[in-house]
Amino acid sequence: MKKINIFSAAIATIGTVALLLTAGCGGQNGNAGTNNGNGENTNPQTQTVNITITGSDSMLHLCNNWAEEFMKNNKNYMITVNGGGSGVGIKALINGTTDIASASREMKSAEKDEAKANGNEAVENLVALDGIAIAINPENPVKDFTTVQLKDIFTGKKTNWKDFGGPDQKIIILSRESSSGTYQFFQEHVLAKENYAQTALLMPATSAIIDSVAQDKWAIGYVGLGYASEASSRIKVVPVKKDNASPAVMPSEATVKDKTYPIARALYLYTKTTSTSDTTKFIDFVLSPDGQNIVKEAGYITK
Amino acid sequence: MQKWKEKAVKLGLLGASSTSILIVLLIFFYLIKEALPFALDPGLSSLSGSLWAPTSMLKESFGILPLLTGSLLVTAMATIIAIPVGVIAAIYISEIARPAEREVLKPFIELLAALPSVVIGFFGLVVFVPLVKSVFGLSTGLTALTGALLLALMAIPTIISISEDAISSVPSSYKQASLALGASKLETIFKITVPAALSGIVASITLGIGRVIGETMAVLMVTGNAAVVTMNPLTSVRTMTATIAAEMGEVAFGSHHYRALFWVALILLGITFALNILAQKALSKYKLG
Repeated sequence: MKKINIFSAAIATIGTVALLLTAGCGGQNGNAGTNNGNGENTNPQTQTVNITITGSDSMLHLCNNWAEEFMKNNKNYMITVNGGGSGVGIKALINGTTDIASASREMKSAEKDEAKANGNEAVENLVALDGIAIAINPENPVKDFTTVQLKDIFTGKKTNWKDFGGPDQKIIILSRESSSGTYQFFQEHVLAKENYAQTALLMPATSAIIDSVAQDKWAIGYVGLGYASEASSRIKVVPVKKDNASPAVMPSEATVKDKTYPIARALYLYTKTTSTSDTTKFIDFVLSPDGQNIVKEAGYITK
Repeated sequence: MQKWKEKAVKLGLLGASSTSILIVLLIFFYLIKEALPFALDPGLSSLSGSLWAPTSMLKESFGILPLLTGSLLVTAMATIIAIPVGVIAAIYISEIARPAEREVLKPFIELLAALPSVVIGFFGLVVFVPLVKSVFGLSTGLTALTGALLLALMAIPTIISISEDAISSVPSSYKQASLALGASKLETIFKITVPAALSGIVASITLGIGRVIGETMAVLMVTGNAAVVTMNPLTSVRTMTATIAAEMGEVAFGSHHYRALFWVALILLGITFALNILAQKALSKYKLG
C-alpha cells in the first residue's frame, strides 16, 4: 500500500510538471498570436516589420511609450525595446545587432569611426532633453549650490547645512533607488562616478522624494524637471552654479535648452545611414508633434 | 471499473495537493540555480562586507551585512511591540471578554489581518512617519522604528488569532480544578491556562515573526532604505525584502548584482523556512499535550 502511494505521488507530480510546462508554453504562444492578430485587420498581406531599440535604461520608459503609440497606429510593426545602458546600445549599433540605439550621451568619435568601419555609419537624432532639479524644503535658507558642493553633499563628504550658509543641522540626503536612470545620471555627472553616501535614503519613487522634501526641513533631493515644476508649491528648487565663478542658474525648459543649466543632458536615438524606411518612419514619428508630446508627458523636455 | 474511477479521482486529488510541495521545491531550485554562479565569481566572501553598493561605478560591492542588520533590527523591534499586545489581547478575548465583546473584537482583528500591506504602508507614511518625527524630534520620520510599528500592526492579528485558538483549546477541566482549589480567576489564567497553551502561543509568535521578516511593501515605503549597519532604531535602515523589491526590476540579467540579489532572497527564504519549522514543532507539541 505504502509503495503504491509513493508511486502514484510520483506520477501525479510528473503530471503536474507537464501541465505547468504546457501551460507556460501555451501562454507564450497566445501572446505571439495576439501580436500577429493585431496586424491582420489593416492589410492582410503585409508582413510584420520588426524594429529593435537597444540602449539607455533611463530612456526605456520613454522608448516604450513611443513604441506603443507608434504600434497603435501602425499595426504591422513590432517594436522591441531593450535596456542595458547607452554603451550597450551603441555597441549593438556598431555590430549591427540593433536597428536603433538609444543613448543618454553623445556617441564618442572613436565609436563613430568604428561604426563607419563596420559599414554601420551612425546618424544622430536628438530626440529629447532632460534636466534634473535640486529640491530642498521651502524653509531652508540656502540659496544655491555649485556642482562641487552637490558632490560633497551626496557623497557624504559634508554633512551639515552650516557649510552651505544654512543653520547647524544635519543634511538628510534623498536619492532615488539604484534602478533609476536619474540615480545613474546624477552619479555619473554630479558625483563624478563616486558612490553615494551610505546614509542616503533611497526612495522608491520621485513622488516619495518630493513628499519627504516637503515634510523634512533639512532634506535635499533631486528630481526630474517635469516633476519639480508640478510640485513647485511644496518644495524649493534651488539654482545651480557650474563652478564658483559662474552665475547660479534655475532649471527651466529654456536653460536646459541653451545648456546654461549644468545638470542636464541630451537624449539621442542613433540610426544608421543604411537604415530602412521603416526605421526612419519611426524616427519621424518620434520627432513629430505627437512624438514630442510623449516626451513632455514622460517628464522630459522637448528638443 | 468503479475501482479504476475511484483510483483516478484519488490520483487527481493527490496531484492537486502535492502541487504546493512541488512549487516550494521549484522555488528553492531556481533560487539556488540563479544564485550559485556568484559563489564562483566573485565568490561568497564578497557578501560578508558592510558596504552594499551594487551599482557603484568605481567598484561594485555586495556586502549584505547592512541588509541583514536592517531586517533583524526592524523585525526584533516589531516582535517586541507585537508580543505583549497580541498575547494580552488573545487572553482577553478567549478568557475575559463577554460573548458580545468577542463578536465585535474578532471580526475587526480579522479585518486588520486582511488589509493589504501597501495600504498599511500608505497609512504609515501619512500617520506614523510624521508622528515618529515629532515625538522623537527627528529631522526625518523614515526610520527603522516607523517600519517596526507598521510591522507590529501586521503581526498582531496573526499572534492574536493563533494564541486565542491555543488558549481556548485548553481543557476546561484544568480551569475548573484550579478554581475549585481556590485560585482566583487571574491566577487561573496566568498560572494554569497560559502555561498550558504556551507552545501554541510560541507558535503564533514565530509565525508572526515570519510574516514580519518577509514583509516588503510597507517597509520599503517607510524605513528610508539607507544601507547602513546600525542598531539605532531612530535611523534609516534597508531591509533584505525592500532591497530585492527595489532593485530586481532594473538589474541586468545574469550580472553579479542580479546573482547577489538571489543570494539575499535565498538567505531570507532560509530564515523564514527555519521559523516555520520552529512554529510547526511548537504547534505539534501543543496538539499532543
